[in-house]
Amino acid sequence: MSENGFEPKIVAFLCNWCTYVGADLAGTSRIQYPPNVRVIRLMCSGAVDQVYVLKALLDGADGVLIGGCHPGDCHYLEGNYKARRRVVALEDILKTTGLEPERVWLRWISASEGQRFAETVTEFTAKLKAMGPSPMRQDWAV
Amino acid sequence: MKTFVPVENGDTLQAVRGVLRRILESGQVEALMVPLRTPAGTVMPALVTDPALLDQADPLAPVYPVNAARALGWMTQREPRGRIGAVMRSCEMRAMIELVKLKQACVDCITLISVDCAGTYDVPVYLDAVAQPDNLLWPLLFDDPLASGSNGGPALRDACQMCERPVYDEAQVVVQLLGHDLAKGFSVVLPDEMAGALNWAPASDADGRRAMVDKLVAQRTARRDAVLCETRDKLNSGRPGEGLQTLFAACIRCHNCMTACPICYCKTCLFKGPVFDHDPIQYMTWAKRKGALRLPSDTMLFHLTRLNHMALSCIGCGACTSVCPVDIPVGRVFRAVGGNVQSVFDYVPGFNPQELLPLVAFQAEEWQEVGE
Repeated sequence: MSENGFEPKIVAFLCNWCTYVGADLAGTSRIQYPPNVRVIRLMCSGAVDQVYVLKALLDGADGVLIGGCHPGDCHYLEGNYKARRRVVALEDILKTTGLEPERVWLRWISASEGQRFAETVTEFTAKLKAMGPSPMRQDWAV
Repeated sequence: MKTFVPVENGDTLQAVRGVLRRILESGQVEALMVPLRTPAGTVMPALVTDPALLDQADPLAPVYPVNAARALGWMTQREPRGRIGAVMRSCEMRAMIELVKLKQACVDCITLISVDCAGTYDVPVYLDAVAQPDNLLWPLLFDDPLASGSNGGPALRDACQMCERPVYDEAQVVVQLLGHDLAKGFSVVLPDEMAGALNWAPASDADGRRAMVDKLVAQRTARRDAVLCETRDKLNSGRPGEGLQTLFAACIRCHNCMTACPICYCKTCLFKGPVFDHDPIQYMTWAKRKGALRLPSDTMLFHLTRLNHMALSCIGCGACTSVCPVDIPVGRVFRAVGGNVQSVFDYVPGFNPQELLPLVAFQAEEWQEVGE
């Protein structure tokens, strides 16, 4: 528990081939990381439509993590390049519309990077604790 | 080639119809898509094959019932039958080009015939004005486009007041009206072989159009910048999301903005299906967590999703604002958001049909800091 008792909720969209396996490796390697992340497995980071991220944010997720293969390593060759452009656009649109782009992270984590997955979740959780709860969580009009 | 079309008896509309009739009768196109007058007093685009019906054509009527690009798209997909001359305004042309990039239209069998636009009115405003005898509106607009709205006439549509692209010179045929004394004549730019087939003679290039277009663009760009700056300030006011919510607070979820948008095309749109018909427990859970839940739910999601899916291609026609029954400035938000995100990708929608959409034109070596 943090000092103010706030535990952020992170929704993670992880690609089947790299980051999801990386998360699995973190588990089988017994690496400790905060239990604040809820994982949703997709076949590719390129399959993450903006609406998935938006739905999570507007429904009160404090952060959204998109995990994909490193550039050049995509199982489908270029899905992560599409994900990258989409996230660049999404972040700009969140910024212009007065929302918080800092609540969306895109990270390349390979199947062998269990440690990096654990570190990413730890770092994101700490960042979100510092930011405080998403204002959407309690807003009846969202 | 540029030719000059003289106007007889001050009847500009008849001269424009004459140009269209020549193009259709010469067989250059098999049909013309052009606004025809309706019994209601407004105009609607129609696919015309009988030259005699061009007597009802009114491409000058400064009214904006629909963006015709959508309908044109339907006629150009799969197996198009014959060449269509599409008489449209700049914003419709640009929507058409975006539809081509979205694979919802094809320009191979289309001859784009652009008509200079001095601005348009919403349908009810237009109908009110033309109910007065002899009130055509467009002569006043073209006579002094810079004074529109301040010369006693009704106010133009919000989008037109800040339209920085009133002309579309990338079309194959351009009916040039701005900067001309329309009681005397206007110019038409068209491909040489077409001009040859129609026996039209070249005219001097010198007229006042460029100067007038430049002045008009400068005036409307200044207005656009002021309006979009104000909109961005509104979006960023208060706690995160408060500005956006305030702007869309009156939304009744009629989905008119989505229906009227010429480029929002998905037949399988998730907001048209039951995706957001949640289970009863879900509504109750949200209501308990938040104390109350706005219904219908997911309204902010609807607008944010549309912004994310469409703003990169938004050409700013303002059809969304025109059809909003509760006067939400949808188009302003789209232009404010679209302007920013388009500049991130250095993208100007609506011009080159061969250009790739920004989300498709990815490269391996770009934004390498993202994801690290």
